[in-house]
Amino acid sequence: MMKMTGRALRSAALGALMAGLGAPAMAEELFYVSGAVGNAVENFKTLVKPWEEATGHTVTMVPMPASTTDQFGQYRLWLAAGASDIDLYQTDVIWAPQLADHFVDLTEVAKDLAPTHFPSIIESQTVNGKLVALPIFTDAPALYYRKDLLEKHGKAVPTTWAEMQETAQFIQDAERAAGDADIWGFVWQGNAYEGLTCNALEWVKSFGGGQIVEADGTISVNNENAVAALETAKGWVGTISPEGVLAYQEEEARGLWQTGNAVFMRNWPYAYGLGNGEDSAVKGLFGVTPLPSGGEGSGSAATLGGWNVAVSKYSTKQEAAISLALYLAGPEAQKQRALTESNLPTIVSLYDDAEIAAAQPIIPQWKEVFLNAVPRPSAPTLGKYNEVSARFWSAVHSTLSGNGSAAENLELLEVELTDIKGSGW
Amino acid sequence: MTDKSDGLSLSQQRQRAAFWFLAPMLAALFFVAAWPLIRTIWFSLTDTTLSDLYGGEWIGFDNYLSLRILESGRWIWRGTLVDPAWWNAVWNTVRFAFVSVFFETILGLIVALVLNAEFKGRGFVRAAILIPWAIPTIVSAKMWAWMLNDQFGIINDILLGLGLIDQKIAWTASVDTAMTAVLIVDIWKTTPFMALLILAGLQMVPRDIYEAARLDGVNPVKVFFKVTLPLIRPALAVAIIFRMLDALRIFDLVYVLTPNSAAAKTMSVISRENMIDFDKFAYGAAQSTLLFAIIAVFVSLYIWLGKVDLSGESQK
Repeated sequence: MMKMTGRALRSAALGALMAGLGAPAMAEELFYVSGAVGNAVENFKTLVKPWEEATGHTVTMVPMPASTTDQFGQYRLWLAAGASDIDLYQTDVIWAPQLADHFVDLTEVAKDLAPTHFPSIIESQTVNGKLVALPIFTDAPALYYRKDLLEKHGKAVPTTWAEMQETAQFIQDAERAAGDADIWGFVWQGNAYEGLTCNALEWVKSFGGGQIVEADGTISVNNENAVAALETAKGWVGTISPEGVLAYQEEEARGLWQTGNAVFMRNWPYAYGLGNGEDSAVKGLFGVTPLPSGGEGSGSAATLGGWNVAVSKYSTKQEAAISLALYLAGPEAQKQRALTESNLPTIVSLYDDAEIAAAQPIIPQWKEVFLNAVPRPSAPTLGKYNEVSARFWSAVHSTLSGNGSAAENLELLEVELTDIKGSGW
Repeated sequence: MTDKSDGLSLSQQRQRAAFWFLAPMLAALFFVAAWPLIRTIWFSLTDTTLSDLYGGEWIGFDNYLSLRILESGRWIWRGTLVDPAWWNAVWNTVRFAFVSVFFETILGLIVALVLNAEFKGRGFVRAAILIPWAIPTIVSAKMWAWMLNDQFGIINDILLGLGLIDQKIAWTASVDTAMTAVLIVDIWKTTPFMALLILAGLQMVPRDIYEAARLDGVNPVKVFFKVTLPLIRPALAVAIIFRMLDALRIFDLVYVLTPNSAAAKTMSVISRENMIDFDKFAYGAAQSTLLFAIIAVFVSLYIWLGKVDLSGESQK
């Protein structure tokens, strides 16, 4: 950290010096704010180096907490206050409708770049004809499994939640009996935050229980398939998953997994690269597969995630900021991100890139999964999405922690959502 | 000092001088306390959102309570005052405030009595005991979050090692223990503060009273209840008010330590959530106003019932 601050100070001082000497005031110092997981801060520095060298500008990353809910709260405050300190925001795929007013329209500047991306992602970032943010990577979660443990116990990679639960329980019991007291069957994200909405949406959808609020705005969450899905998940807590999973976010789950203490994990692709890192106890010992399905006749579901870069309307250095946004969303930066952070590109052609396929085999394999990923109901619920999501995750969290049954909580949730909806979203 | 100064009496002159000395502080207080408070109350009576802070329109008390009569003739009450999430938060906060202040007072009193005794290295111990209070809450919350971590935490490790529990407890995640975890950390953090205030009171107690009691052969327990406690009561009362004010608006510890679950959500947490996360700024402002009202009621009741003397008149 000290090193970084020192460098930032030096570059600031250098900038001031050059301005003082009457050098053309071209070299801008930008601030880019983003949530940080894994090695995000170091990787970002390497990622933007070519851009910095080409343009003479510099950019400093302002790291934020990993929780998207916390990030959103802070960004909304800054933007509402019209703060000019931050030039670029890394935004979640679900935020575009809620923050559209505060960002620069990128339709014109990205008219060549945008068509190279998947159209559905560009569409998700377009609000009333305005391109709010440019996609930098997309996300669809996977089921991580320990190849070595499955082989050792002669189990197949599970395709349904029931199989997963059975296998997890079996291996957990066997490993514990063999002396590994800290092993758990399955870790995921059960903290009451946006991540739980993602996890629970996958269970509900894969059991055929709809997607909370359907695309046409109807509230569909109170149905018996959704009840069955939540009851199933509740059965994991304290058996194959530690009770503490109800306070876990992505990084806590990865912590347990990467120290070799879990058989299965639900997580985003970023954990693939980190899991194969030098300091990982599970390096080379795991594989990934699509999330399990609910059972006969229902498919697997993965929540569509992904991150974008938006330029603040209040930035005083918009020209440089737009140039950085285009670079980050461009093929060069996306490829780099895919190689170092196993982030899924949003540029179609990168899925056929041989170098990426060799370094991160998960990526070409994942194209199908994310193309069929299920979106959270941010499009139909517009500005009320956060409240809808918070009510949903609260109901799920209550159910999982034994505070009322799934049927009771979902019935209550339906009433609450109807109230929030009022006469229309 | 011979001039007549417009014929004002000495005490009038002093009052006037005092006013000018106080004026900067009054102005500062107005800008940092009164004005935000008035603004918040004003916001709570409008339909302001965070995306449009200055475009709110007056809607009266709808954020607090409003009645809608549906076409079917059904009556529906809306607003904070009938919001179960709000009342859950009120209950959480009040419970937290009473339990934490209760334990902090008892423990603080014990620590203060120990520190009041003469022993070698007292100065050092006094400084050392203040450390938890000096650590920023956010840091101590994170530190405790790691210690209370269900898989890697040292607390579970110690308890397991001692055989007190037979499996790891998910302190912050489980509904049953989330509030306990917050209480443990808060008591750890704030007991020094209580001890310090009580110690200040203890040191005002004249030593000769104790000597007299000793000569009369009164037993120490009786001395404590008949001499010490009545004499430090004013200091104790002020300390409890301070802590109560603080505890009723608890935010940081809950926000950092526990998942955002209904089991530990307090009034400040839910008000922030509405203001920022849900873009219902006015609704959150209404909850902040209620929070202010609840604190005001608590403190007034306490001062009235406990006949606490905040003006210092009786000390003269």
